[in-house]
Amino acid sequence: MAAAVDSVRRPASIPRPPDRYRTFTAIVSWAAPAALILIVGVLFQQAWPSVSRFGFGFFVGTEWNQVTNHFGALPFIFGTLVTSAIALAIALPVGIAVAVLLAEPGAQGLRSALGTGIELLAAIPSVVYGIWALYVLAPWTLLHIEIPITDHLASIPFLGGIPRQTSLFTAALVLAVMILPTLSAVSRDVIRAVPRGLRESTVALGATWWETTWKVVLPAARAGLFGATVLALGRALAETVAVAMVIGNRPEIPTSVFSPGYTLAAVIANEFAEATGDVYQGALVELGLVLILVTLTVNVLALLLVRSASARPAV
Amino acid sequence: MRRNLWRRFTSTFAIGAVYALTALALVPLGLVLWFTAVKGLPSVTHLEFFINAQRPSGIPGGGVANAIAGTAIVVSLASLAAIPVGVLSGIYLAEYGAGRWASWVRLASDVLVGAPSIALGLFAFALVVVPQHHYSAVAASVALSVLMLPVVIRTTEGAVGLIPNGLRESGLALGLPRWRVSLQLILPAAAPGVITGALLAIARAAGETAPVLFTALGNQNLVLDPTRAMSTLPLVVFRDALTPYKDLQQEAWGAALLLMVIVLVINLGSRWVLRRQIRLAQQL
Repeated sequence: MAAAVDSVRRPASIPRPPDRYRTFTAIVSWAAPAALILIVGVLFQQAWPSVSRFGFGFFVGTEWNQVTNHFGALPFIFGTLVTSAIALAIALPVGIAVAVLLAEPGAQGLRSALGTGIELLAAIPSVVYGIWALYVLAPWTLLHIEIPITDHLASIPFLGGIPRQTSLFTAALVLAVMILPTLSAVSRDVIRAVPRGLRESTVALGATWWETTWKVVLPAARAGLFGATVLALGRALAETVAVAMVIGNRPEIPTSVFSPGYTLAAVIANEFAEATGDVYQGALVELGLVLILVTLTVNVLALLLVRSASARPAV
Repeated sequence: MRRNLWRRFTSTFAIGAVYALTALALVPLGLVLWFTAVKGLPSVTHLEFFINAQRPSGIPGGGVANAIAGTAIVVSLASLAAIPVGVLSGIYLAEYGAGRWASWVRLASDVLVGAPSIALGLFAFALVVVPQHHYSAVAASVALSVLMLPVVIRTTEGAVGLIPNGLRESGLALGLPRWRVSLQLILPAAAPGVITGALLAIARAAGETAPVLFTALGNQNLVLDPTRAMSTLPLVVFRDALTPYKDLQQEAWGAALLLMVIVLVINLGSRWVLRRQIRLAQQL
């Protein structure tokens, strides 16, 4: 009797059929991580002629000479960092303002129209931004921003020199437009994740809209906003063709933001198809490797920040 | 009293500033759409623009038919690889995605979205062009499929995750195996969302220049063989815009307008489908 009850309670273990579907989809889902690892591996292997030849000196070398096979990445690293930094400085206030408005409760019609506008901004191909920047934005910037500034404020460092249509500044301006959607969309999500009670209790204490936003909501969303900024920085670092069309393509460290420069992505785009020889090609691939490693690091950091900000328990 | 007046003034001023900055954010959108439309229009009003291949500067009657065909071929091949893999990965994440491995897949695809597209071009060059010793549309498709993959994965996961558990359980209660529940019950229910994701990925791939620069390379002739070099619309814009010839620059504007219209139509259309899907799912 006891044995029978026991067997009812715990039936002789029937082997569960293996869930082949689960196994199959799990294996397929290896594709994304595998692609990531493979990309870094393949680029490293392709860059090896340059990595082994120049070593660490590659990062501090300023010469870019296909004839003597001397390659240094510093002008490109400099150009990439400077354009991205200026772009962030321009896009940040605008992006946060858009995010604050998008995250505000109420007025759904206006908000969804605005949201669609920002999404369209993200959807426009970068080469379209490029041709627009080259023929419309750059001439305008030269006349109305660069010439007045170089005329009157030339004594301030980095603002002097002979202004050019294709310059670090023009490239940064296009980048600012292009990273705006990322910045505002992610910031909106982060601001929305701020517990509602926090906002309501501040208003209940008699704070104005601005005091609520500036002293309570934005500080509460600080970590996530920083994450959104870093994510946008990653996009700016990685942008290629739009920058390649307006930065002027000069492999030297400029003394003014209105001078031509070069970025990591732009030099690969312009020179790789014509590059001959292992070292030259390797040097260009090494630039790509530097770029992808930096953007991957930046992105992982940003994602961790944004996730921890959005996953906070509601009050 | 005066202090309160000042506080109210500051707040009103700040609201005004936030609206002004937001309006400023939309200015470039308007400018890009306007100038591309105005400058591109003279090209696209000629039928030759759509049926002829590119011609050198100075020879009238040139078009971008080769680039239209090239874009279609390159993006189709990339979709063929990226969409099935992406959808299955997305299903895995939605159905079994609680474990540590799934979180690695998620992180990898989120990071892959931000990977520089030029690096994907270098990757495809090393993987396909170097062994084959010549440029080809297939190489460009490899680069673009890596670009599309994370978009498809994440949107599929989102769409499948929206389907209520009741549907899943009723299928399992009827004795259907997991794979049939997933592919014949859940996936059709989530189809609008999955299709949206695929379309967004296609739109993004169609507009990319950097990954095709030294994989598809470009080709003045109309070529349909995917093992040969090909042109795509973004390549035409990029190369022609930087030439000093007025007629080629005009061709670039035309190609830019065409590209922008294609991408925006796909984008707006698919977002509309997605919104409807979310609204319907909320009613379930």
